[in-house]
Parts: sequence; structure tokens; C-alpha cells
Amino acid sequence: MAGLSPSFGRGAMTNHVVDLKNTDFALIMGSNAAENHPVTMKWLTKARLERGAKIIHVDPRFTRTSQVADLYAPLRSGTDIAFLGGMVKYIIDNERYHKDYVVNYTDAPFIVKEGFSFHDGLFSGYDPEKGQYDNSSWDYEVDEEGKFVSDPTLQHPRCVFQLMKKHYSRYDIDTVCNITGTPKNKYLRVLEMYTQSGAPDKTGNIMYAMGTTQHTVGTQNVRSYAVIQLLLGNMGRPGGGVNALRGENNVQGSTDQALLFHIIPGYITSPSNSPAHKNLEAFLAKETPKTGFKVNQPKWVVSLLKAWYGNAAQPENDFAYHYIPKREETKNYSHIAMFEAMHRGELDGLFIWGGNPVVGGPHANKEQEAMCNLKWLVAADLWLTESAEFWTYQAWNRPASETKVKKRTPKDIQTEVFFLPAAAVYEKEGTAANTGRWVQYRGKAAEPVGDSMPDLWFIYEIGKRLQAAYANSKDAKDEPIKYMTWGPYGDGHEPSVVEVGLEMNGYYVDDPRKPVPGFPKLAADGSTACGNWIYCGQMTTKANGDLDYKPMWRDNKDNSKTGLGLYSNWSWCWPVNRRVLYNRCSVQPDGVTPWPGDEKRQLIGWDPLAVSDPLTGKLGKWVGDDVPDFNTALAPTEPGGINPYIMRPEGKGCLFAAKASTKDGPFPEHYEPWESPFPNLMSKQQNNPAIKVWEPDKQANPDEYPIIGTTYRVVEHWQTGALTRNLPWLAELMPNMFVEMSEQLAKIKGIRNGDKVIITTIRGDVEAVACVTKRFKPFVVGGRTVHQIGTVWHFGFNGYAKGDPANRLTPHIGDANTMIPEYKAWLCDVRRA
Amino acid sequence: MAYKTNLYDVSKCTACRGCIIACKDWNQLPAVIEPFKGNYCTHEDTNGDTFTIMRFIEEETDPADDVKWHFLKYQCMHCFDPACMKVCPRHAYTKTEWGATYHDPEKCIGCQYCTYACPFHIPKYRKREDKITKCTLCVDRVEAGLTPACARTCPTGALSFGDRHELLAQAEERVKFLRANGFPNATIYGKLELGGLNKLYILTDTPDKFGLPIDPKVPAQIPFWKDWVQPYVGWLIPLALAGSAFSFVTTRMLAGKHGEHAEGGHE
Repeated sequence: MAGLSPSFGRGAMTNHVVDLKNTDFALIMGSNAAENHPVTMKWLTKARLERGAKIIHVDPRFTRTSQVADLYAPLRSGTDIAFLGGMVKYIIDNERYHKDYVVNYTDAPFIVKEGFSFHDGLFSGYDPEKGQYDNSSWDYEVDEEGKFVSDPTLQHPRCVFQLMKKHYSRYDIDTVCNITGTPKNKYLRVLEMYTQSGAPDKTGNIMYAMGTTQHTVGTQNVRSYAVIQLLLGNMGRPGGGVNALRGENNVQGSTDQALLFHIIPGYITSPSNSPAHKNLEAFLAKETPKTGFKVNQPKWVVSLLKAWYGNAAQPENDFAYHYIPKREETKNYSHIAMFEAMHRGELDGLFIWGGNPVVGGPHANKEQEAMCNLKWLVAADLWLTESAEFWTYQAWNRPASETKVKKRTPKDIQTEVFFLPAAAVYEKEGTAANTGRWVQYRGKAAEPVGDSMPDLWFIYEIGKRLQAAYANSKDAKDEPIKYMTWGPYGDGHEPSVVEVGLEMNGYYVDDPRKPVPGFPKLAADGSTACGNWIYCGQMTTKANGDLDYKPMWRDNKDNSKTGLGLYSNWSWCWPVNRRVLYNRCSVQPDGVTPWPGDEKRQLIGWDPLAVSDPLTGKLGKWVGDDVPDFNTALAPTEPGGINPYIMRPEGKGCLFAAKASTKDGPFPEHYEPWESPFPNLMSKQQNNPAIKVWEPDKQANPDEYPIIGTTYRVVEHWQTGALTRNLPWLAELMPNMFVEMSEQLAKIKGIRNGDKVIITTIRGDVEAVACVTKRFKPFVVGGRTVHQIGTVWHFGFNGYAKGDPANRLTPHIGDANTMIPEYKAWLCDVRRA
Repeated sequence: MAYKTNLYDVSKCTACRGCIIACKDWNQLPAVIEPFKGNYCTHEDTNGDTFTIMRFIEEETDPADDVKWHFLKYQCMHCFDPACMKVCPRHAYTKTEWGATYHDPEKCIGCQYCTYACPFHIPKYRKREDKITKCTLCVDRVEAGLTPACARTCPTGALSFGDRHELLAQAEERVKFLRANGFPNATIYGKLELGGLNKLYILTDTPDKFGLPIDPKVPAQIPFWKDWVQPYVGWLIPLALAGSAFSFVTTRMLAGKHGEHAEGGHE
């Protein structure tokens, strides 16, 4: 997300899963798609059979995805930016970029203002004391009218294209292979094959997942994909895209609904206690850009406040803006920060909804210790998870040789623990937004077991009882609870998902049963209420007046006339059911001519004779099988007519991520993982300069811990295994915690296939069964051989299939922008148990 | 009636093992949890409660080249000339019209003769019932107009089900394509082996790379005993009696000729 938004304007998978069948080249990197997103293989298999598509897989380890790929190349964990940097240089040097696309649809011609610079690993504006950047120099030049200055010939030395060329000139093939450990011949084959997608009649897509994001440079890893895809002209076209394969089946939905500390629903920055946010007007002025579609943000915010506070939100009282809790502007509330605070004893209580930090959290030993400081814990899940049982005797079992963890017993722990039995996904109705932004409704197929209830019921009841408890309070600080709108959602025993869907979609305050038809109709005057502007449009009414909840749509017919698999009447996707984002790019700047040879993949086009406004009879409209990602009445020749990236103030795809887009730089730059056995060969800046280091004294010394470790998943288990390890058939397929290592490493350590081994890091030890394999090979980096091992993080001490949690090994360090933990590259050692 | 067969295309298989679970689910087989010993497949073979397994075999011919990780779904091959059917003393095995080798548990006495006769060692003993079990080719699903559970689940289309001659034609095309595109040893398995198997495989390399016998044979004694001897075993006794009687009569006749020499007269 944090890498996609600065590049394109929205932080979500740009295409969708079915669209994979339209690709010519699929680069799967930082993902093991065949194991963790098996349905993607269905569509890629089709692409191969029907279009001769090629699949490329880049991964430290040869996986089940590698076996079905046409080309596999290994790389050392944490060196993606170097690998991709070499690809950018190759694209520029060999002119593989899609020239017309780059000149017209990206910021390549934009001139960057004087004062921006990059030297020896640091961009201009770095404050080494604070450990952060002042990014005001990372900005474009503007003329007197405030318009961007550009050079369409791409020659100006300070235009984005030339700056990018200069930046990437350092990523030559030898340097790159020296850092990544990729054999040079394999590396060249990947570059040669994937960059063929720069041809105007070809598209390539990049599929990525946690292997890309779970690094201290995760955001910049994704930015690298964006740069490549923009150069190759693969964005906004069928079979193209930067396709984030989300880590859970509804995490897209969860981030859409703002289950992240820094946003409110619809990816709007959440208000803080900074003076710039002192009231609604100030907040809106600060957070609303001057250009681009986001100028409409005030309408979304006011409608959200109306949805939350109903009649208590009026123009006179700033629409109850002061009721919203304000986060501290500079404070980090991410997972790592939260557990660090918990460890210091700063938190009283914790709700865990379907989560399991004792197994899934980084530095799991520390997180489990942190939980001992809680006064109370509420865990909601299907089975008693390791986190719900963090206080039991077995929760503190460790390998016999372990000295890093202080063992506790139940009587040492004062936390009061509550467990809410949750209904499984098939035992309740609801929707899930899949990785392709499709919101699909599922009905209830079975009754929950015992007293289990849907999460929605639990949350609704908690809110209801809180309101009852504060009903008679005269205290001003209790008003947000007293006056929040809280159902009822229908008149059944459980809240109705459709009713919640109506509030999420938005309704007219004077006519609450009337859904707002789309976010262009939301208002900033308090006449509309909307729980989440990006979901506005998911509800409509049928001819007979009944509500029509579009996520329930199940029309199996492909409405694309050229068979592109849009299925626009199967479920509903945001925004406004637009299946391929940025689809203005699927046609040439004139809006009428498809890219040469690519007629079948043109999604929308400008029809100069279609009526765009029946009231005025104005002619000229964008039409097509997909919903145009563009102002439908704006002609290609008018100002803004060739700005496909409507959510960006630039209107263009951003090769250069300006200003506050990211915390660590407008261009991706290679830095080593926080724990690494090598010095950074690109510059003297060893690690990402903008990361927050929580435990400076817990950084492993490569002499003690010389082996690179990584974690990953397998198809047979899911996340912390709280569900799958309790299912006998899945426990049968993968019954034990195991670690994969090369035959060479096993020989050095005297480990045979099937032996019990101990993996050890500065943070903890874990026992596992050795899987000695040809699929891991040592890397030769900087002239030295280094070994890498990998393990699954699915195991915990409960269930049929038990094992040690791998996250007892991983560090408390996260990406500079998102704080996502660096689960994928850390240092360890391994020995026979 | 046309033969209906399962086709398994290794080149499309990602070893997600959805097929393994679907089989367990449809047949309501209990889990058999064996420890992980260094291979993703924890079972060395099928067993009384596991009709199908996925083999994972690593191969590396040249370290400079890519490693190969061969996946193979392994289960009863539903041979057209099944050895199990031949040897079963209780005639518990029959072939359905459409080609499945059906095992009737009612008739089974758990003697396990079929296990030893099968060239793939497939029928497995289920101790708690004292009977043999194996893949049923989802006879109950197919005869209700559905596809076998494994084929139904497969996300990539590696497993498909349909008319044998159609699938065979598709397989021929596919093998031709694979041979020209990086898999020079691609081959079909099940077309001619043992007189034809009702499970067809498209392999990306020779069968031995997947742990399959290249030229599977039923142990020689079985056709000898079953095809040549046993059919006539019922005649052994009458034949022996007849032989005896003939011998008795002819000996007597021969003796009768030289009868005065046979009586008395010994010093």
C-alpha cells in the first residue's frame, strides 16, 4: 500500500485476479503464489495455454511456484531493490521502455526543483540526529501559476527521467549480482524476458506479497515495481499492474475499513493532536490536496462524521469533529510500537480479534512477555489460541538449551483473560474484499458451535452495552460514546450485514433508506452520511424498492466483449466497480487509438458523439466495458485529458515519489536488512536511514550469527495455524515445525535430512526438523559464501500439529513507512539438537 | 459405454494437495498423522485410511541448471486388466462399465493377496475392519453425474475427468507441446502400460523420475497360476481319478496278457 499510493494514487492491487489470464509475462517476486494464492495459478495457467504467457519466479528458495515457472532466479533475502535496480538500468540502457506511455502518462518529463540531490546513500534533507528526512527538497518545479514544469523530450538534466537514469546508473549487472548472489546468466535471462513486456502490444504484471513488504525497505521494494511497470507501460492495462497479493483473504477489506492506526475509513489520514488539525476546517485544509480527485475529500470526511455521530454532528459543532480521539502526531501506534509500550507496562488491556501475536508477532518471546503486563486480555477466536493461553505452563516451554527467556508460571501472571468464541467464516453471513478489491458476500452455511457468535455481534453488543453504561453520564468526555450512532441494524437477533452495508455505502440524512448512488454524490454540508466513501456505490435499490446489495451479485457472464474476464456483475469492487484501475492507460493519449497490436485489451475509449450530460446535451464521453477511471466528460484534448492517475495531484504515474509520499526517499535505494552479514556495497549507509530502531543492543553480530534466516508459509497451513493446525487433515499434511537448508550447509553442520535441529538468534531459540534440500543454495556475495535457511511460521503449542513458533527468532524492526516487521531477513545460527 | 478416466497433467500441478484433502473429505477418512521426516510427503505410501498421496521428488542433473521438483499424485491406477481382480479369492473386485476397478468391502476377507499382486502395491489393509481399501475413482460421485472429488477441487486444471479417448487426444497434443518446449522426455503414462490404465498421466519426464515403474508387470506366477492353472484346477481331481482309472485299467490289461507269469511261482 505505502509503495503503491505514492506511485499511482491508490494503495491496492491495481488489476484483479481473473485479469491474470490476460498477461504475457508474469513476474512473481516476493511471493510464492502457487502455494499461498493458489487460485492465481488457475488464471496464469490459462494465460500460458491461451496466450503463451511466460512465468518468472524470483525467490531465495526454489518453491512450488518455481517448479511451474518458465524461469527461476535466486536472490539473497533483502536485496530486491538491487535486483530491480539492475532491471531499471537495463530497461533504460536498452530502450525497452514504452516511450509514448512514459512521456504522456508518467512524471518522467517533470522537472524536479533545484536543491534535490542524492549522495552516497542519502537523499537531500537528512537529519542524522533525528534519524529522519526533511523532504521539502523532494519536489517538482512549478511555474508562476503553480503548474508543473516539464520537458517532453526527457533531456533536461533535472527532469525525473534523467535523475532516475543517473540514480540507477550505479546498478550495473556485476554490482547487482555481487549483492544479490544471483548467478549472472540467470539474472540476464530474467531481465531479457521480463522487459519484453515494454513492447506496446505486450503487458507484463508483477505479483508480489510479503516477501516484498516484510522488510525495513518494504515500501521501496514496492516502489521499485511501480517504477518498472510505469517505464514498461504496464499499468492500467489488462494483464499488467502491480498486483499486491494480500496476506489474508480479507485484509484488503480490513485496511479499507481503516484497521490501521494512521487512517480513517477510505484511506483518509486520521486526525492528530497537531495544531494543523485543531478543528475540522484546519484538518481539511491540511489534508486535502489542491489538484486531483482528492480535492473532494471534505465531502467524504463530513459524510463519515454524519455516519458516526448522526444528529449530534452538525455544521455548528464542526460535525462533532472533536469527538474523534486524536492520535499524537509523532507517535507510532503500529504493532511493534504497541508491544514495546506493553512491555514497558504502559497498556492496561488488549483486545485480540482473530489475531495471535504469541505466534505471529515479531520477536514473539518479547511480545509474550509484554502480555504478562496486561491487566486484562480479551481474545476472540475459533479455538483457544496460543495468545489466549499465553499464561499457561506449556506456553513457556522452550528448548532445553534456551537461556534467553525467563520462564513464567500462571501464578507470576496477573492478567485476567476473557475468551469470546467466534463463529467461523461459514457460520455467519458477511463480505470479504479479496486481493483484487472484489467485495463478495457469503451467506451462512452452518450453525456456529455452542455459544460461538459472529464477531459483528460481539462488537455490536460491546458498543451497545457501553452506550447503556454511559447513558446517564453528564461528563463531556463521555459524549462520543453516548452520541455515536450504533444501529440497530435491522431487527433480528444479530446485526444485519445488509443494514451495515447501507451505512457503509452512505444514505441521505433526510431519507435514510435511500442509498447514495456513488461517491460523486456525497456532500460536505451534512446532507449525506457515509461510513466509507470508497464503498459508496455498493448499494442500490431494486425496482420494487428493496435494497440491492451489489456484493451479492452473481452473474457469471463475462461482460468484456473481448473476453478479458471483467465479470462486472459478479460481486462489486471498489471504487465504483472499476475492475482495472488507471484504465485510461489502456488507450493512447488521443483516447481513441488502441496501443498498436493491442486492440483486444483496450478497456475504455473516448466517444465524441456519446451524450455525457442529458440535461445540457453535452457531447463526448468515455465509454467501455470497464468503468472508466477518469472524469467521463473530460475530453482527451482538454487540460487533464491525459492524466490517468486521477488520485495523484500530478495526475501522472509517479516515477519520483515527491515529498511526504514516503519517509525514506523519492527513488528506491538498496540498503542491507537490519541484521545482515554484509556491508552495503552500494553506499556507506548500511541500513535504511529512516527506520526506527527499537532495540539497538539486540542487533545480531554476524560473527556469532552468520546465517541468513527467513520465514514463509506453505499452502497447507494458514497464518499462525490457529485454525489449520486444529484440522486433522491439514495437520496430517504438515505435522511438524521444519526448517529448510541447503545440502552444503547441512554437510558443514553434520545435519541429516529429518534430524532435529535448533535455530538460534539473539532473541530466542526454536526447535525444528531439518529438511535438507537442493532447493536452497548458498549465495556468493561480495566474494564470500553465505548460507540462508528458511522456516515456516505456522506453528505453536496448541492443536494437533504442534511446534515452536518461528517468530521467536524474528526482530522488532520495521519498514520506515509502514512499520511492517522485517520477518524476511535476519541472522541466526543452526545446529543439531 | 465409453470409458471415463482421470487425467493428471504434472506440468500444471503445483502440489497444493487440495486433491488429497478432497479425497479425505469425500470418503470421510480419518487423518493419519505421521511425523515430518524431511520430505513434504509424510507418508511413504498410501495406507488403509489414505487413498492418495502426493510424491515430492527432488532431482538435480546439473548444478548449474535449475533443480527439478517432481510432483506426482499417486493412487490406484484402475488397470483394465487388474491383477487384484485376478487373484481375489472372493471375487471382491469388478470393473465398472466405465472403467473403474471397484472393490466391494462386503466380500473382502482381508487376505491381502491383492496387495502383493498389484504392480503398484496399492490395496492397503485397514486393520480395524480387517478389509482392504483403495481409491474408488469416486464411483458414487461419477454414477450420480459428478466428477471425482480430486478433479473437482484442482484449481489449475492439472486434474481433469472425462471420456478416455478425448482425454487421450488432449494428452497427445500436450505431450507434443511439452516435448517442444523444454521437456524433451515428456510422455503419457497409462495408455499402454499393463494393457491400459484408467488413470492417465502426462509426465514431464520419464516415469522413473516420478517413482513409477517404467514397464509395470504383474508378478509372473500370477498369470501362470491364474490364467493357466487355476481355471483348470477344478478338473484336477477328476483328471487325477481318470488318470488313475486309466492307469489301473491299462496296467491290468497289460498284466492280463502276461497273466501266467504273474501268478505264484516263487522259489
